[in-house]
Amino acid sequence: MRKKHLALMVLGIIFLIFPWIVPSHYYLHLMIIALMWVVIGSSWNLLAGYTGQVSFGHAIFFGTGAYTAGILATKLGMSPWWGMMFGGIISMLIGLFVGWVCFRLRGPYFALATLAGGEIFRLIATNWESLTDGMVGILIIQTFRSKIPYYYIALVLAAFCIYFIHLVMKSKWGYYFVSIREDQDAAESLGINTTLYKNVSLLISSFFTGMAGAFYMNYMAFIDPEVVYSLHYISIMAILVGIVGGVATIMGPAVGAFVMVGVQETFRSAFFGLAPKWISQGHALVFGLLVVFVIMFLANGIVGDWSKIKRNVFRIRASC
Amino acid sequence: MALLELKNLHKFFGGLRAVNDVSFGVERGQIFGLIGPNGSGKTTIFNCINNFYPISDGDVLFKGKSIKGLKPHKICHLGIGRTFQVVKPLRRMTVLENVTASAFCRVNTIKEAQNEAHDVLEFCNLSGEKDKLAKSLPIGGRKRLEIARALATRPELILLDETAAGLNPSELDEAIELIKKIRDKGITILIVEHIMKVIMTISDRIHAINFGITIAEGTAQEVANNAAVIEAYLGEEYAQS
Repeated sequence: MRKKHLALMVLGIIFLIFPWIVPSHYYLHLMIIALMWVVIGSSWNLLAGYTGQVSFGHAIFFGTGAYTAGILATKLGMSPWWGMMFGGIISMLIGLFVGWVCFRLRGPYFALATLAGGEIFRLIATNWESLTDGMVGILIIQTFRSKIPYYYIALVLAAFCIYFIHLVMKSKWGYYFVSIREDQDAAESLGINTTLYKNVSLLISSFFTGMAGAFYMNYMAFIDPEVVYSLHYISIMAILVGIVGGVATIMGPAVGAFVMVGVQETFRSAFFGLAPKWISQGHALVFGLLVVFVIMFLANGIVGDWSKIKRNVFRIRASC
Repeated sequence: MALLELKNLHKFFGGLRAVNDVSFGVERGQIFGLIGPNGSGKTTIFNCINNFYPISDGDVLFKGKSIKGLKPHKICHLGIGRTFQVVKPLRRMTVLENVTASAFCRVNTIKEAQNEAHDVLEFCNLSGEKDKLAKSLPIGGRKRLEIARALATRPELILLDETAAGLNPSELDEAIELIKKIRDKGITILIVEHIMKVIMTISDRIHAINFGITIAEGTAQEVANNAAVIEAYLGEEYAQS
């Protein structure tokens, strides 16, 4: 069996039995959050890394997914798990609208438009109180009292998301997405309906991000506009996960998710209690430094530039 | 019926008349040349044909039907392929991937597209480079890649925009051979070129423009001897041939 497949299998088994090896609620929570970010990061990567449309507004889809689940639960009395399905679908519809508005713009202008979009949705959610209860947020009763079922749901979602994107990128769509990224005008002249395929990429991206949002509603049982439509905590975090892990790679966002969540938690917990309390907001600074480091030395991210990392690590060890 | 017909084509950029009442017809199987000094509107005409720029006035007919206002990808599907003057390789994809991507215009599975791509690369003498990244190709290779990509869409008419510019003498001879091979395959060619050696030796018919206006049309000999054309400066020296 190829080395890569073997490594993935071992990894898969570890993930499957994780709750039994590490029976701690704390670490299970971190894993769940990291798995959620695997989904969001991979979705962002499909649109930005592979199709070249760099979105600064993925919070639009995350928040819409979360609110769909929450509103279905509180206003219609449906189980919030229906939100997982509808969260994805409603996010896709919102995605169509966002695409219709924003795809006439390119590059940095597209990024700015999506950034504005995220903020617009946050303001709508804050002010449309009859629908969303505004700043009060939405509170539901958790379906499961243990974290373990949530862990497996997140794991299945993350695995499915990665596998689906992997299949898409190996297909004709994959060629089209990358062609659009490399040169949209050339792609259009070669018979590629660039508008259609940008939207297809966006639909897939928004669907999975919406499902992640709905999952978040179910897991955390509380959401408000400041969290789920947040520019900093959601949109920017998605970009960091993608960049650090490796844009335009399949496993990059997955690696990025665990790295970023790990870094974030290390600081929030003040190095798990070992460092002074004031360091707990330091994750923001470290994120910034990490991004600068990645851009300067590992432009393709941890996964994309893995060979470069290996070479330099060996060089350091050899010279000791 | 002409394969491609431009009827009173106008293209304005605000007050600038980039293309001013240009009309010509390209017959099936021809190599039709479009010449003129830099800035005369040749590439703008190409951009109007495949609707990269919307037409201000007039019409473009392909196989008798108007293609005005159709999206560029639709026009490609109808059978018009084009290359760009400033080449646009899909840089971070390999040569094979570049051509495979455009082959999907006519086929649906990856296997078929790759087979089509291999055939086209063979035809354009790029098989040796198929696994190289497009950005690593020198200008000669990039120009051939541009043509290969357009050919993979199985066009009936191909628009070649200065595909010989920047080539050294031996590359130039190869380029001329390639163009003849394309014509022998039955594909009609509309070519913009500055290098007289290319245009004069292969064109069946030539249309000359200056400042967006037609100044001459006829065979290579007729156009070369036309006073207005000589006056408008024919671009590269005749001495090149």
